Amino acid sequence: MEVGQMQRRLIEYTKSLFMEGILDDQFLQLQQLQDESNPDFVVEVVSLFFQDAEKLLNDITRALDLQSVDFPKVDAHVHQLKGSSASVGAQRVKNGCIAFRNFCEEQNVDGSLRCLQQIKQEYYHVKNKLEALFRLEQQIVAAGGSVPMMELSF
Amino acid sequence: MGMATESQFHVLAVDDSLIDRKLIEKLLKISSFQVTTVDSGTKALEFLGLHEHDQSKPSTLTISPNNHQEVEVNLIITDYCMPGMTGYDLLKKIKESSSLRNIPVVIMSSENVPSRISRCLEEGAEEFFLKPVRLADVNRLRPHMMKTKLKDPIQEKLEKHEDIDDETEKPELQSQEQQEQQQHQQQQQQPQQQQQQSQQQQLSSSNKRKTLEEGLSPDRTRPRYNGIATVV
Repeated sequence: MEVGQMQRRLIEYTKSLFMEGILDDQFLQLQQLQDESNPDFVVEVVSLFFQDAEKLLNDITRALDLQSVDFPKVDAHVHQLKGSSASVGAQRVKNGCIAFRNFCEEQNVDGSLRCLQQIKQEYYHVKNKLEALFRLEQQIVAAGGSVPMMELSF
Repeated sequence: MGMATESQFHVLAVDDSLIDRKLIEKLLKISSFQVTTVDSGTKALEFLGLHEHDQSKPSTLTISPNNHQEVEVNLIITDYCMPGMTGYDLLKKIKESSSLRNIPVVIMSSENVPSRISRCLEEGAEEFFLKPVRLADVNRLRPHMMKTKLKDPIQEKLEKHEDIDDETEKPELQSQEQQEQQQHQQQQQQPQQQQQQSQQQQLSSSNKRKTLEEGLSPDRTRPRYNGIATVV
């Protein structure tokens, strides 16, 4: 694939992630903060998000497996996941966390388990999409091109 | 420290989330601030040289003379929701301390809870930012730092001279002179600005309410809160 074609593909791909509500404009904020002094900023922050989210999803899964569920503890984990996902713009994960916290307040085990499944799905979905996005960026750079900047208001 | 950092404002950022520390650090650095990040309120107080002597009596706080003044902090920006000491607790400790209370404090929170916002503003916070914090928010920090810089320029000068006596490196001296020139200019503008300040103080209660209303307004201009409308 030639560079121009890859660049157009990257723009289309990024747009689709916003159209589907997988990412929100916080992700564009991250991209805007990336500069020559720190060219891997977005990848670094998103990698931290992956680590953090996977640890929290494990913690939540384990906490919900217990005979008597410690809901304040679950809620604290979900709150953290909500913050992390909001900070990278993983909108659907964030929205899942908001719904999840209502079930924590109600101390609703079934509702919480359903939410956990949904959040896990959304998380792995956005992870795959972001990894594909980064791969495409790498291919463009490897081919000698520059990664096109998305407009903040498009 | 090179010359470039000499004249910079120094911000202490407090957040227990590593992602958010990275983010706020980047936002502040891109805005040309010098940044120190810590992951808890306790570490923030340690950095500021404030130590609790008696854990059972939170009021017995003193400044260790050795730690303080080594690092000047022009503003503290802290997360609200942290395990142990919350951002609100940190704010209160700073405002209770005679030596630290002039440092402006800004609170960040992911939750838009009006009672929380007003509590922080009443306790003396300058701003309340909803997370994720953005460049537009960070741009509002500088005026708060200018205010404290101007509060007591003579005292500050004296302190700076003492510093020079200790370290007689030439590059620092040069930038010190530059700073003093700037301060001199600022002093000339002072009467006007003091007037503005007192006006601001008179207005401060209504300003705070305004901040609160902005936070609550459903038709905020920040598009990320209109979760439904995907702007593509």
